[in-house]
Amino acid sequence: MLVSISHLFLQHYWWGIISLLASLLVFLLFVQGGQTLIYTLGKSDTERTMIVNSLGRKWEFTFTTLVTFGGALFASFPLFYATSFGGAYWVWMAILFCFIIQAVAYEFRSKPNNFLGKRTYEIFLFINGAFGTFLLGTVVATFFTGSQFSVNEYNLSRWETPYRGLEAVLNIQNLALGFSVFFLARVLGLLYIMNSIEDANILERSKKHLLYNAIPFLVLFLFFVIRLLFVEGFAIDPETKEVFMEPNKYLHNFLQMPLNTIIFLVGVILVLWGIGSTILKGTTKGIWYSGSGTILTIFSMFILVGFNNTSFYPSTFDLQSSLTIENASSSFYTLKAMLIVSFLVPFVVVYIWYAWKSISKIKITEAEMEKETHSY
Amino acid sequence: MIEDIDMSLVDWSRAQFALTAMYHWLFVPLTLGLSFIIAIMETIYVKTGDEFWKKTTKFWMTIFGINFAIGVATGIILEFEFGTNWSNYSWFVGDIFGAPLAIEGIMAFFMESTFIAVMFFGWNKVSKKFHLTSTWLTAIGANLSALWILVANAWMQNPVGMQFNPETARNEMINFWDILFSMTAVNKFLHTISSGFVLAALVVIGISAWYILKKRELLFAKRSMIIASTFGLLSCIYLIGSGDNASREIALNQPMKFASMEALYVGQSRAPLIAAGVFAFSKEEREFRERDFIFKFEIPGALSYMVHLSPDGFIPGIQDLINGNEEQGILSFSEKCERGAIAINTLKELKKTQGIDEEKYLEFKGKFYDQEWVDNYFKYFGYGYFKGEDPNKVIPGIPLAFYSFHIMVILGIFFLIVFVLVLYWGIKDKLENKKWFLWVSIFSIPLAYIASESGWVLSEMGRQPWVIQDILPTFAAVSNINTSTVQITFWLFALVFTALLIAELKIMFKQIKIGPKGGGS
Repeated sequence: MLVSISHLFLQHYWWGIISLLASLLVFLLFVQGGQTLIYTLGKSDTERTMIVNSLGRKWEFTFTTLVTFGGALFASFPLFYATSFGGAYWVWMAILFCFIIQAVAYEFRSKPNNFLGKRTYEIFLFINGAFGTFLLGTVVATFFTGSQFSVNEYNLSRWETPYRGLEAVLNIQNLALGFSVFFLARVLGLLYIMNSIEDANILERSKKHLLYNAIPFLVLFLFFVIRLLFVEGFAIDPETKEVFMEPNKYLHNFLQMPLNTIIFLVGVILVLWGIGSTILKGTTKGIWYSGSGTILTIFSMFILVGFNNTSFYPSTFDLQSSLTIENASSSFYTLKAMLIVSFLVPFVVVYIWYAWKSISKIKITEAEMEKETHSY
Repeated sequence: MIEDIDMSLVDWSRAQFALTAMYHWLFVPLTLGLSFIIAIMETIYVKTGDEFWKKTTKFWMTIFGINFAIGVATGIILEFEFGTNWSNYSWFVGDIFGAPLAIEGIMAFFMESTFIAVMFFGWNKVSKKFHLTSTWLTAIGANLSALWILVANAWMQNPVGMQFNPETARNEMINFWDILFSMTAVNKFLHTISSGFVLAALVVIGISAWYILKKRELLFAKRSMIIASTFGLLSCIYLIGSGDNASREIALNQPMKFASMEALYVGQSRAPLIAAGVFAFSKEEREFRERDFIFKFEIPGALSYMVHLSPDGFIPGIQDLINGNEEQGILSFSEKCERGAIAINTLKELKKTQGIDEEKYLEFKGKFYDQEWVDNYFKYFGYGYFKGEDPNKVIPGIPLAFYSFHIMVILGIFFLIVFVLVLYWGIKDKLENKKWFLWVSIFSIPLAYIASESGWVLSEMGRQPWVIQDILPTFAAVSNINTSTVQITFWLFALVFTALLIAELKIMFKQIKIGPKGGGS
């Protein structure tokens, strides 16, 4: 079977895996979203400890997914890795700083003699939740709007602005997606907290704030998507491989990839269903609908920007330097070797699911926090 | 290909990577070894049902958790720094180097992060056996992640299983198994993880020794010491054996590193091994003329024996590797530079003719697939960057390589003695009477970290000036950014990591003071 597959197939397959990892990452940003709500939802020390502990039992999944996302990008699309990370230096460094301070914040927060004080570690969690989500969303938006870089004949890249990626925040489309991801993470965080903590006060406050965060999320996300349908997109001529601007390119992609469009629409409906059913019916299972909806929506957006002869990392400085899944990918051999490795993914998903269910089957309560020997 | 390289940018980029890597390596080795020690202790708990072992396991688990968090924090930077600061490298070898990093994420990090949650929070939620399995899987996951990053690093020391593709101007993987099972990768993995096991064992022994000196937690301390010394002794024997293999492999694939770490200037048969020595002060840096020693202790013929298993084997010295040695078939530095320059020019010509002169283009391209040409020219591709340059530029810092190697080896033997004595006096129950030795055990903790960091200094500084041995010099691998940008992030990292290190140490010391009766935190 492996002998007959083509390089092009593998490039598409690996963009699919990248899309899947990206979508899982955005879903798991509920941890970050929740971190921005510790003081909003928790009015006493015990309440805040319950919130931190419910999020703290999942932070490593988000972190690991981010690391794996980076590793998979390096392995499958190294030219993107070299161009974007080496070019948009400040944006990526800012994201990394947000994640460094998160990693220690949970473990050190409640430990005696922790040097910086409990409040500092909570501020670390807030910074990670607020800026980490916003910046990740902004960077992903540049996949649609483009960046200013060039790539020479040896495939060595150069960033063509001195702002090193920070210029992305000057684009309204990028900002819209950045803030959408921020508010989505908060929505997911609220839904997760409602599902994992058994406390009437926290539940009540979460429900109230769900509405406050869902509205800006929907407004910004709809703005981003609707605008996307009408802007020019970065298309590739399948014969000459030249990149050119095509009016309504992303609308065309929606129309020319109907299955992906269905996935997108189902995803959006599920996100709305999760929010709506929580607000209207008072269910605490909204995270499963909105979470799976997020995965489907983000997955389809990545497919939208990578498939159907579209440049997934366009250059507005030099169109022909734009990165595509064909010119930025690893060799046939490497992608094939990695294909075999990717067969492990379902196995990994199964054991994560099993372990997750095992430790989450009982909701976090005040009583548990009092007797738990290892708490954050 | 690479224009106007700013050497201060290279130096700051190297400094930033070194800072991150050395901080990362302060935390990782303890988790590599401690995870297995915890798993052994929990296994005894599950087998015996004795609550003492549960408390003991939980205490060491707390120490593990504090270290793990900061190890993760420093680790994420390393992965992304390949892209942010070494973007030319990321493209030139990403086809090979990226794969182990991705496998590390999929195979190891998820295993580690999934089961660590069960390990910490599952005591009252899952069965004893599932919990124990999770603890073992956390340990296996941690060590598996070490495997993949070490495979990637080994490939930088000994690039195998690849083919240069002139069209894409990068090296591409052609044999995954050659990369995974190269002697360099196997030795590096086994040597590095066993060094982590030794360090973790010494930390457990040192902390336990402190309890005995304070006349606290005596049963806990003595039992912990016996388990750690058994684990440490076995690991240390393995560490020394794998180190011996690694030396042989370095002599074969990185002769300049080998000559530098033994300060061997003139190649010879019956080459002596300098077991210990101190250089005389010299103002001249990177001079390949022989350095004087204030003192040195040599074992005649031992270096030749170490490499060739025969005292008559020839070991090339630094001068042979620079001036060449016809008798031994060693090319001179200038000859390698000539050949490397031909390989680089062939690539440039190929790019010039691409899409213009198909015949010429195919002719140039064909050379990169002609094994004889590859062995005679492409093999020295990296030397092309040094054509007309001072030969000292291809010699690593000799004092650094020499001292880091010898510190590591001498301390390795010292640790072996410590483990034997702890085990002997532990079994005889005489540790309480050996106060001086308990202090030695405590001071072995910083020594373990010094030895461990020395290993990486030798590995990475000894490889200089190459980022990929003989193929890509470090200065050609750097991202095209401003020096001031890297300076800012360097100081930010230094500040953040130092603050976190202080926090980590304060928390750890507090937890040790609280002790196992606190039942973890």
